[in-house]
Amino acid sequence: MQSQSPLACSHLLTVHGPPSWVWQRLAYTSLTMPRVTELNVNGIARKLDIDSERSLLSVLRDELDLTGSKYGCGEGQCGACMVLIAGKPARSCVTTAGSATGKRILTIEGLENNGRLHPMQEAFLKTDALQCGYCTSGMIISGVGLLRDKPKPTDAEIRHAMEGNVCRCGTYPRIVAAIRMAALVGGAR
Amino acid sequence: MTFEPERYELREGPAYQFDLDRRDFFRALGGGIVVGLLVNESATARESEGGGQRGGGSGATTPGDLAAWLHIGIDGTITVFTGKTEVGQNIRTSLSQVVSEELHAPISAIRLVMADTDLTPFDQGTFGSRTTPTMAPQLRKVAASAREVLVDLAAEQWKVDRSVLVVEDGRVLNSRTKQALHFGQLTKGQKLVKTVANDVSPTRTEQWKVAGRSAPKVDGRSFVTGRHHFTTDIKRPGMLYGKISRPSAFGASLASFNGRAAQAIPGVTVVRDGEFIGVTAPSEQEAEKALATIEVRWNETPQVSQGALLEHLKKTADAGARPSQRGSVETGMSAADKKLQQAYTVQYIAHAPLEPRAAVAEWRDSRLTVWTGTQRPFGVRSELAQAFRIPESQVRVIVPDTGSGYGGKHTGEVAVEAARLAKAAGRPVKLVWTREEEFTWAYFRPAGVIEISSGIRNDGRITAWEFHNYNSGNSGLPTPYDIENVKQAFHNSDSPLRQGSYRGLAATANHFAREVHMDELARLAGMDPLEFRYKNLKDDRLRAVLEAAAERFNWVGRKKSPDRGFGVAGGYEKGGYISTITEIAIDRPSAGVRVVRATAAFECGAIVNPEQLKNQIEGSIVQGIGGALFEEITFENGRILNPKFSKYRVPRFSDTPTIEVVLIDRKDLAPAGAGETPIVGIAPALGNAIFDATGIRLRSLPMAPGGLKV
Repeated sequence: MQSQSPLACSHLLTVHGPPSWVWQRLAYTSLTMPRVTELNVNGIARKLDIDSERSLLSVLRDELDLTGSKYGCGEGQCGACMVLIAGKPARSCVTTAGSATGKRILTIEGLENNGRLHPMQEAFLKTDALQCGYCTSGMIISGVGLLRDKPKPTDAEIRHAMEGNVCRCGTYPRIVAAIRMAALVGGAR
Repeated sequence: MTFEPERYELREGPAYQFDLDRRDFFRALGGGIVVGLLVNESATARESEGGGQRGGGSGATTPGDLAAWLHIGIDGTITVFTGKTEVGQNIRTSLSQVVSEELHAPISAIRLVMADTDLTPFDQGTFGSRTTPTMAPQLRKVAASAREVLVDLAAEQWKVDRSVLVVEDGRVLNSRTKQALHFGQLTKGQKLVKTVANDVSPTRTEQWKVAGRSAPKVDGRSFVTGRHHFTTDIKRPGMLYGKISRPSAFGASLASFNGRAAQAIPGVTVVRDGEFIGVTAPSEQEAEKALATIEVRWNETPQVSQGALLEHLKKTADAGARPSQRGSVETGMSAADKKLQQAYTVQYIAHAPLEPRAAVAEWRDSRLTVWTGTQRPFGVRSELAQAFRIPESQVRVIVPDTGSGYGGKHTGEVAVEAARLAKAAGRPVKLVWTREEEFTWAYFRPAGVIEISSGIRNDGRITAWEFHNYNSGNSGLPTPYDIENVKQAFHNSDSPLRQGSYRGLAATANHFAREVHMDELARLAGMDPLEFRYKNLKDDRLRAVLEAAAERFNWVGRKKSPDRGFGVAGGYEKGGYISTITEIAIDRPSAGVRVVRATAAFECGAIVNPEQLKNQIEGSIVQGIGGALFEEITFENGRILNPKFSKYRVPRFSDTPTIEVVLIDRKDLAPAGAGETPIVGIAPALGNAIFDATGIRLRSLPMAPGGLKV
């Protein structure tokens, strides 16, 4: 996972390496960098103590045990890490924890309601819109985000909105069908 | 089945001897009955042929070698053990179906334990589309035997003759008295172990009630809720995160190393073992920071770059390759009215599984356990045992249902790396390859050059066919068409990049070359591409899929219009027959190739799960569009230039055509696998459609990265 590193050209340092004074400066800087102490995730205020520059994805997965959002690329290109922040789809791998503070974060784990699946989740099962399942969390979250914005999207609008989500197994037609199905039963909630 | 020689990445299977006495099933699973299927000697010898030596080195089985087993517990749960891995091809569901069929128990009562080297029988690996043709029949047999054991138990308990007993819905029923006992009730108080031989007859295809129908994905709910734990999600108590310091280029050697700054960081362990350099730290962020402080220099050596690739493959080709021949190509050529000679090429492409390579390794009491997403748990167990010089009995590999593989996850490098770090750190270590590492350090689908010379008569009959494949491989190399004079050969070459299995192996390249060439010959003969194929075809099954696709697509009714084209391709691989027809449009002004429609007809014997089969075919088409049109690994002097999704284009929603699938269900034929073959038709069908639309004949994959160069 690519967290935001203060060392922007860290790839150069694999060859040359910094002298120790640089490392000491870094350690000092880390200690004085802003910390995040609370995140609102799935309706619950979660207490933490982490570097605000850490990716939201790594915080969700490694600190909060919410492993439903996945690492696929670390550069915001594949959508496996999608969450909703203030109702809008966001790529948590390139979102810092600091920038998500004070906002409502929804992950795949927050879609179920007392054991009842969200219509989008039901639709994915009904259309068999998954094979290996790794992209599925991100796809479902993106789909929910789309329907909140456009409750009755056309197929073209669905494909356009989902373009940033990759399914390497190639279940795209079924995912479009699932989103269409969820839209029919009011899957925007 | 022999190992196809192009599976470069495979190693020999380990000598495996299972000893039932030592395994305490019942402690782990509770009382009940266990039924195991003895390995069929000839099946094992065939699986081992070509590379694996087992037991006494002769390839023969030893008594007690089990192919599969299942346990029925006192609560009626049926636990089935198989060494196969679930990587998205959904064999977890299809195998549950066949067990349900034979045991007459609902799928919901069946639980598959897959790919755990401590619990499941030895398996060579999940590849080659082998699960459906080999593992499914084995599970049928063990389930059928278990059913008979349950009948015996009921007969004994009720003191009745077996003939009045019926098994249905997880119970044994006395058809006369209507008394019933659930499986759980029958197994109560038992600790019965029975091994059966391979001569049990499973239910005939025509009588299937569970298999042959679509069944929802077992455990589907755990995926749509994000609950399923892939390897990358696993946490162990005290776990650290690992990172590896990679060479600066392929073929580089370590010149200098200084890890002192990293080692001084609290909580960080630095490992340097020869050219292996890695760190562990309490968080991934800290591990990245620690890695960045390592001072390392590599001595690089000149490497073949992409511009010189194809020439290099031809130049270094094995001159001694013996072609397979029939008839005389020379005679056939001299009888030809028209001749054609063309070369076709394919670049390296990446599997790019969405879940990157990952492993969690834990040493405890001198035993090593590694969770990892691999298609070969027992092969990886061997690699680990060898790497650490410990007996295989001290290594356990567990494969959670994995975020895809496509043939790319056969080797255990990430498992070995994680285990090495864990050994040094003295704590469990999770190692997840970054996407850049995935695109750089994994093996690729081979690049290749294919040369075809052929001759036809004016009436469209092919009189001679000569086919040479350089480097890419020999899967799907022999032509399925009816040609008298044939010479075909695969030539090994020196590959500048690490290469290995990919979905379909070289059948993707060989079908591209052959089916484009067939299209070129059809044009030369002035014939419709389908009619030309029928003219040179004896194989009824291939003809059936070509006809079925043509009918569904409405091939005869296709209407030509500017910037629109239609292409057809067909083929055979691994017991499956495929035909793919595409319609494409050229978008202006970008000259981008848009796939409008793709119709595929597929036949692989009796169908086990129609909906899942459709899913595999659709997925193959989508994935194949990438390799056909825009996927390629670009490299220079030992470096991959496009190791990320922003630079290596993969098919997305906008690339997806309207897909129609025609399934031909041959209940009279044994089921073959379907995870690979459907991919082989899309690239040539697209190439032929592009020619139809533009008159431009493309013979190199990828055909249109960044649009057609018109």
